[in-house]
Amino acid sequence: METLATPAINFAAIMPETILSVFAMALLLINVFVPSEQKAYLGYLSLIGIVVTFFSIISGWNAPMSMQEAFNGSVLQDNFSLFFKGVFLVSAFLTILISDQYLKREGCNLGEIYPLILLATAGMMLMASGTDLMTIFLGLEVLSVSLYVLAGFNRDNLKSNEAGLKYFLLGAFSTGFLLYGMALTYGATGTTKIGRIAAYIAANGYVTNNVMLVVGMLLMAVGFSFKIAAAPFHMWTPDVYEGAPTPITAFMSAGPKAAGFSAFLRVFLIAVPALKADWSALIWILAVLTMTVGNIVALSQDNIKRMLAYSSIAHAGYALVGFTAANSVGTAGILFYMLSYAFMNIGAFAIIVLVGKKGEPNNNVADYAGFAAKHPVLAVCMSIFLFSLAGMPPTAGFIGKFYLFSGAIKAGYVWLAIIGVLNSAASVYYYLRVMVYMYMKAPEEDFDWLRVTPPMAASIVISVLGVLIPGAFPGYLLQLAQRAISM
Amino acid sequence: MSQMPLLSIMTFTPLVGVLILLFMNKNSHGALRGVAIAASIVSFLVSLPLVAGFQNNAEFQFTEMVPWIASGPFHMTYYVGIDGISLWLVILTTFIMPIAILSTWTAVEEKVKEYMICLLLLEVGMLGAFISLDLFLFYIYWEVMLIPMYFIIGIWGGKQKIYAAIKFFIYTMAGSVLMLVALIFLYFLGLKGGFQNFNITNFYSLHIDPSVQIWLFLAFAFSFAIKVPLFPVHTWLPLAHTEAPTAGSVILAAILLKMGTYGYVRFAMQLFPDASAQFTPLIATLAVIGIIYAALVAMVQEDVKKLVAYSSVAHLGFVMLGVFALNQQGIAGGMLQMLNHGVSTGALFLIVGFIYERRHTRLISDFGGLSKQMPIFATIFMIVTFSSIGLPGTNGFVGEFLVLIGAFESGLRWYTVIAASGVILSAVYMLWMFQRVMFGELTNPKNQQLSDLNGREIVIMLPLVALIFIMGLYPNPFIEKMTPSIEKLIQQSKVRQVAYQPPPVTIQTQPMVNAPAEVK
Repeated sequence: METLATPAINFAAIMPETILSVFAMALLLINVFVPSEQKAYLGYLSLIGIVVTFFSIISGWNAPMSMQEAFNGSVLQDNFSLFFKGVFLVSAFLTILISDQYLKREGCNLGEIYPLILLATAGMMLMASGTDLMTIFLGLEVLSVSLYVLAGFNRDNLKSNEAGLKYFLLGAFSTGFLLYGMALTYGATGTTKIGRIAAYIAANGYVTNNVMLVVGMLLMAVGFSFKIAAAPFHMWTPDVYEGAPTPITAFMSAGPKAAGFSAFLRVFLIAVPALKADWSALIWILAVLTMTVGNIVALSQDNIKRMLAYSSIAHAGYALVGFTAANSVGTAGILFYMLSYAFMNIGAFAIIVLVGKKGEPNNNVADYAGFAAKHPVLAVCMSIFLFSLAGMPPTAGFIGKFYLFSGAIKAGYVWLAIIGVLNSAASVYYYLRVMVYMYMKAPEEDFDWLRVTPPMAASIVISVLGVLIPGAFPGYLLQLAQRAISM
Repeated sequence: MSQMPLLSIMTFTPLVGVLILLFMNKNSHGALRGVAIAASIVSFLVSLPLVAGFQNNAEFQFTEMVPWIASGPFHMTYYVGIDGISLWLVILTTFIMPIAILSTWTAVEEKVKEYMICLLLLEVGMLGAFISLDLFLFYIYWEVMLIPMYFIIGIWGGKQKIYAAIKFFIYTMAGSVLMLVALIFLYFLGLKGGFQNFNITNFYSLHIDPSVQIWLFLAFAFSFAIKVPLFPVHTWLPLAHTEAPTAGSVILAAILLKMGTYGYVRFAMQLFPDASAQFTPLIATLAVIGIIYAALVAMVQEDVKKLVAYSSVAHLGFVMLGVFALNQQGIAGGMLQMLNHGVSTGALFLIVGFIYERRHTRLISDFGGLSKQMPIFATIFMIVTFSSIGLPGTNGFVGEFLVLIGAFESGLRWYTVIAASGVILSAVYMLWMFQRVMFGELTNPKNQQLSDLNGREIVIMLPLVALIFIMGLYPNPFIEKMTPSIEKLIQQSKVRQVAYQPPPVTIQTQPMVNAPAEVK
């Protein structure tokens, strides 16, 4: 009797995505039966889903090669992708914790937000473990479509609608670039598998005038730059970040940015490392532009969400510094930084959610006047997040920047590192400005509307610990990051 | 040598104080102040055995080494220890802190808890920076110091506090980030030279190409110059000093500024001897400009506190001149002058604080004839003024004299001649200020209600006054403990200049965009 030859389907390699998707779909069904005031339970269920997924990630760490690969080499759940998956889960977890209070306040307490976040996370995971350009694209689309909806989730709010629409239009446009780049790369090398692209280039020799490949690579860089909000492809960021519901802004700044980096890194470091001489100049310029534009424009922002949007652009620039280096220090730096950034940025956004009134009319930096006098503990937490964003020791933000810039210096890009640190010194000004208002101005409001619900408190505590512990004792996480990039 | 980790206990005692403060009622001000003072006094007491147990040699003593971070190419250790250079600065810190905290007893009435926490955190940062022998650890402490100081100026400061606080922070930060780049670069050089960690002693023995040294030295020196502050980058200081609350000014003047000069002595000069020799004329020039310029500016100040602030710039100019003379007298004088400045300028800021608390003004024109109303105050003020001018018999004299001798003997002879006129200028502005504030008729009726110093204030000033005389009349014990370390420092900074051998490897300092040179 003849046996039917089926491609090896290794579900272990897509276990995290599977669990999340199953939870998401189950939640969509359950949602129908849950009354509107009890949607928070959906949030708790999705937290359970995330924790379960987290265990599946831990069990996959250092798994044998045969367990990592699936679908004929389109998916590879190696340590690299697992580390990023951890980052995504952290972002999703913290986001869900801060969502419920926001949704109730804004009066858009719809249960769909939780499955959407889970689906977006699953999409990011697929991006991180995609070793085929098509898989990466698939993950990117799952992520993007969920995010378009999430950005416009507060449907009674004009700004939120604007954010959703803007993100959709520009996102679709940039996806076009990415796809075109993938198509050209396929045309040049005859394959979409990342490993085989590298093998093709190695076998046939890379010739500088292989225009199709170079253009394909450039277009992919454009597509990824859009996702990570690198200048000059950052235009969507401030508007979308400002308009989107605050927890979703927090989510977007941490998770999808990390996802963009995971795919960006894998494609450029694995598929086209032979073209490094070409792309490192490109990334160098991108890094300088992104840091500088982000920081300079952030200096003049009054709206704190916009300010953090520009700051998030600047942070993509710092990470690109590590990318330019493309050595073990810089790349591990990116991984570590993405994780730290998730903690510090979502933590800061949690405070913004707390301080905001319905419709968030009080989102200006000046609205934080005297905040420390009324809520000293929250103000200290906010300061810790801001100092971490500014890269002050002893926070994770400092260690992350230390590694990113060390990578650049090690690779010989001393000037890039100098531009980076000067940028980071300039950024201090706008982070300090928030603290100036919180601590050094007299209160104009009594902040009596401010209520800290248990999930909110949990997210802030987790974020503070996530910033301080790796800040003082980064060894363990750095070693994980090192192991993750030995792909 | 003692097996107790004295240095760590000393450094982290204030942190324990912070932890206790965190759980205390914010309204029981007395208890909060008590805990803060107790923590700083315990820290001081713990630091005393350091003096007693200090061996008169050039080795790092009381060292502790614990592995801290190990990842990729980086190995950081918690490596602390002191030698003759840092010993007295550590003692100065632990000595000044209780005084500074005690001085805030009535000056700060709001947010007492936060204030005490900031002061204690600041102490941790400063002590840590002085005892760190691991470059990375030093950098962490160096940066951590900024945060509490920023809040101290910004929350409890005067009218322009926010501007002052931000200027202070950004100036210092801008300097230190460049140092960070240099520090990482240096680490990779060390890695190439076969060293595996950030220990300072490794880098002392590393031969670095002079052309590379120049860049590294500039990065370090710029960062330290801001902190000292040297002439063109001093502008943050008068502002920060004037706006900071009394305790803040005292700590800023007495200890924080010493970070800069200490940085030169411990790091910039010893790590990059060739470059520092090359830049000596420049630094001496800036130091001399600082001495003369600051003295002239001080002369025309209407605000007593600002006058004292500018006098700091002048004093620190002497320190820099002495240190860069690179001979026994010069460096000993410079080191001693650091301590003197800590004691006398700290005391001056306290004195300004006393009258400000009473009259809520610091303008010289608002005073006059105070000596009749406040005799004890007048006496103490006079002693401190003399010390600041450097009258023989007070500590200021010994330091300045040694600096001038040392610098005159070295290649900086003509700089010394000009700098010496700064001594006269300092007498002019200090005595003139003293005369206008203390002598003459008591014209302003508001000054007639002034009360003399109370018991607490006298207790604060007494140790400082005592030190002024002890260090002025019998400075030997202080110099004795420094001497071996200074000797070593001079060796360290000179030998390589003479017998320099080109290193086996060269490093490309300015890589092209397209063709990066891997350092490793």
